[in-house]
Amino acid sequence: MFLGLEYYLVLSALLFTIGVIGVLIRRNAIIIFMCIELMLNAANLAFVAISRDLGQVEGQLFVFFVMAVAAAEVAIGLAIIVSVFKHRETINVDEVNSLKG
Amino acid sequence: MNAEMILFFIFGAVSLIGAIAVISFRHPIYSALSLIVTFFAQAGLFVLLGAHFVAAVQVIVYAGAIMVLFLFVIMLLNLGTLSEKGALTGKLKGVATVLGILLAIQGIYIAVNALNNTEVGSVEAQEKAAALAENPIETYDIGKLLFSEYLLPFEVTSLILLAALIGVIVLVKRENQTEN
Repeated sequence: MFLGLEYYLVLSALLFTIGVIGVLIRRNAIIIFMCIELMLNAANLAFVAISRDLGQVEGQLFVFFVMAVAAAEVAIGLAIIVSVFKHRETINVDEVNSLKG
Repeated sequence: MNAEMILFFIFGAVSLIGAIAVISFRHPIYSALSLIVTFFAQAGLFVLLGAHFVAAVQVIVYAGAIMVLFLFVIMLLNLGTLSEKGALTGKLKGVATVLGILLAIQGIYIAVNALNNTEVGSVEAQEKAAALAENPIETYDIGKLLFSEYLLPFEVTSLILLAALIGVIVLVKRENQTEN
């Protein structure tokens, strides 16, 4: 007999929350990026757990697509961070405020 | 306590500790290394769930390629303990943590309670689980579905990667032109 789905979903929720807290409390753009990866991974865990529970392959396929999109996002994001660092000599998201966001 | 439960708690604890370490360390390198630990623990969880293909891709793409990219950029920019000027002060940090804990409670509530309304745990679900234990999802099934029903999304994914590739080149190239 399998371990219940709720164990995996609770773990996924906790990992997601840690990612959200990280985005809220850290100002370093690279660490914020890592926290986003953490949240994507928490979602992947939920996908795979539910996929097994329902006996459907689609959940694992979606994880594959999420990973592809995450790879593209990281490449672009890090390129932006590098060019921001070249201009501003900082990647503190509070100091990079030309857009007055 | 069966073997799956013991392994689940080991991998789960490692991934949670790694995740907390990611947001606690001041130095980005330590955060990146903690994130790799988390990814490996999650790969273990995927194996536990019978998703061998996803576990392999997790290690190769996430713990391999993506984290190398992170470490490469951290070392390229020579980021030491960067000033976290404007970082949330003690009080606001407390507020952020409280809000996070509220979010966690919501997530756990949904995880535990939303299942009551579904067929999970019913006789049918148990029969399904028993059938699944005999015929687990294999990489063969994923490949078959990926290249038949989900062929279009698969091709679109390649376009996304191409767009990312071109985007990065354009970002870097424009830098050079402004310098000249």
